[in-house]
Amino acid sequence: MASVALAHLDPASRAAARGWSDLTIRNMFIVPTLVFLIVFNIFPLIYSLGYSFTNFAANRSEPWQFVGLQNYRELLSDDHIWSNFIITAKYVIVSVAGQMIVGFGLALLLNRSFPMKGLITTLLLLPMMMSAAVVGLFWQLLYSPSWGPINYVFGLGDFAWLSNPDSALYAVAITDVWMWSPFVMLLSLAGLSAVPQHLYEAAAIDRASWWYTFTRITLPLVSPILLIALIFRTMEAFKTFDIAYTMTTQPTAELIAIRLYKQAFQQWDTGKSCALAYIVLIMVLAITNLYVKYLNKVKER
Amino acid sequence: MRKIVTSVVAGIGLALACGTSVRAQDKELTIFWAEWDPANYLQELVNDYTAETGVKVTVQTTPWPDFQTKAFTEFNAHGDAYDMVVGDSQWLGAGSTQGHYVDLTDFFNQHKLGDVMAPATIKYYAEYPGGSGKYWAIPLEGDAIGWSYRKDWFEDPKEKEAFKAKYGYDLAVPTTYAQLRDIAEFFHRPDQKRYGVAIYTDNSYDAMAMGVESAIFSYGGDLGDYATYKVDGITNSKEAAAGLDMYKELYKFTPPGWGKTFFVEDNQAITGGLAAMSMNFFAFFPPLVNKATNPYADATGFFANPAGPDGKRFAALGGQGISIVSYSKNKDEAMKFLEWFIKDETQKKWADLGGYTCSQAVLKSEAFQNATPYNKAFYDTMFMVKDFWATPEYAEVLDQLNQNIYPFVVGGKGTAQEALDKTAADWKATFTKYNRYK
Repeated sequence: MASVALAHLDPASRAAARGWSDLTIRNMFIVPTLVFLIVFNIFPLIYSLGYSFTNFAANRSEPWQFVGLQNYRELLSDDHIWSNFIITAKYVIVSVAGQMIVGFGLALLLNRSFPMKGLITTLLLLPMMMSAAVVGLFWQLLYSPSWGPINYVFGLGDFAWLSNPDSALYAVAITDVWMWSPFVMLLSLAGLSAVPQHLYEAAAIDRASWWYTFTRITLPLVSPILLIALIFRTMEAFKTFDIAYTMTTQPTAELIAIRLYKQAFQQWDTGKSCALAYIVLIMVLAITNLYVKYLNKVKER
Repeated sequence: MRKIVTSVVAGIGLALACGTSVRAQDKELTIFWAEWDPANYLQELVNDYTAETGVKVTVQTTPWPDFQTKAFTEFNAHGDAYDMVVGDSQWLGAGSTQGHYVDLTDFFNQHKLGDVMAPATIKYYAEYPGGSGKYWAIPLEGDAIGWSYRKDWFEDPKEKEAFKAKYGYDLAVPTTYAQLRDIAEFFHRPDQKRYGVAIYTDNSYDAMAMGVESAIFSYGGDLGDYATYKVDGITNSKEAAAGLDMYKELYKFTPPGWGKTFFVEDNQAITGGLAAMSMNFFAFFPPLVNKATNPYADATGFFANPAGPDGKRFAALGGQGISIVSYSKNKDEAMKFLEWFIKDETQKKWADLGGYTCSQAVLKSEAFQNATPYNKAFYDTMFMVKDFWATPEYAEVLDQLNQNIYPFVVGGKGTAQEALDKTAADWKATFTKYNRYK
């Protein structure tokens, strides 16, 4: 009988009727989340930090030894690793710049009324919804010198995009631009739609040029959200693995994430790979911090 | 009374018989291997073992690119998911020294497998360290690099005449790398979408390394002294550099974009009518003689790896031995399975199903050599094979080789000598790091 009565109450009143306080209810939601976070995020993070100071190799039965900063020293003095970082930096610059230009350009085009705008916007968003490995294999076929449409359309003959050490990295970056420009477009569209229309109307009355309106009104007001897109995409591009791994094995396109994978799961150099993961993490944090500082300055203006 | 006693005895007998049967059926063995045709043949073979003993044997497979990672992840976790593994030859060092494989030396000696299996298969699939007399696997699937070619192109009178006019000798199956290069150049006609040769170029694991090795070994080079870990002057010898130069030369005559290719693409080069000759492991040749998978099956021929300039003839070893995983809970049962597997009749059945037996007796038999168009070439090759380093740090060593030779072969950067000098330096540093120089 009591349960029938409780069934008519809303959840909060039901909880109250059972004698649960707000604190109990809050804890019921927060505690599992905290446990999950500690077990699956914080603990492995600390554990792997510990491993980074050892010579632990997951495929050896001998006990590991504490080696201090040796792994970090060796990694930072390894030419191969620096070459991987330089390749990654090039990739991040080309890929993120491409995404920002294409994504923001598309957003400017879509920020007006035209027939089937909703459908076209949805279609443009499709690439970022696909699996990165599938996108990599798909673009591998597109780039094929034998039957790929890219060479045919641009009249490039037998040009081997992915086998050529000079073009492999850029071929992967182009694929990343195709996949993630829609993300930038989406954020930019949100920013553009938030710009007050009366500013454009005032500019039109003053007969301001398109360029003047764009540089003095649109860009300053959209830049905070563009910076957020830039932060997300830089972090992601820095960690790119799947697209590059499936598309090419060119050493000139070996991003730091691929080197990390090889070190950890092909060579089983666990201690050193943990150290490399921390170096990458610190670099990503440093770059993100710079962006965030700049973002705060932009917001203060 | 007599009836009662008879019934009771019969009942007990039946119960015991059923009990035994149930217990046998409860026993299961799992063999882990890569996903390819020989694994299917093995599953077919072990079904006989199940029929004989009641022990269910499952051959569990995973795609080749994941094979090493998945196997070692399980080993490292000391997992008992697999009772046996058909592991790559270069895993022997890691598998034995890191405690993943059961020592099979006593088993090996007891069954005199040294006299039963082909010498190269014992040396490379079973023994570690080399020459130590310690054995960790039973040779299961023999394999090596061989070649397929378009017989109809080679036998076309017009082509033969044109070839003779251009090169001054008859167009035939190449017996030297120099001839192979000439034939590749001769048939390389990009305007007709015909290309000279298909070789391995994928450097994500051991594909390209195996292709390059075949050339280096035949040119009189070596990858190092596997007993002393000496690399200076061996890995980067003039002979090794000449072999690598030849591999780079062959790359010029491959189909366009041939920069990340392994067994699938090299078979497609023949089935798609793209190339005159194609390198591949023998185990991947069955689809080439099957009309359902190769429209040119009747016109496809096979030959063993050609010789270098001094007549030396070697080929890179593929194939695998079967090892008992030391974390298995069914080690005794796995040992019984191996006893069954090495029997002559089992080896013969294994060869009949399409597996590449390592049994000398079966290999030498005419029945085996005439069973397929490529078995004779396989037999020839199995007595001239050499392998990559099987040292525990082979993965690091393999990656270093890939990093140095790939830019030269596919990217055209630097010279063969520079690529091998760098490799020798990297390997020396790696072996020093792992205290290999005593």
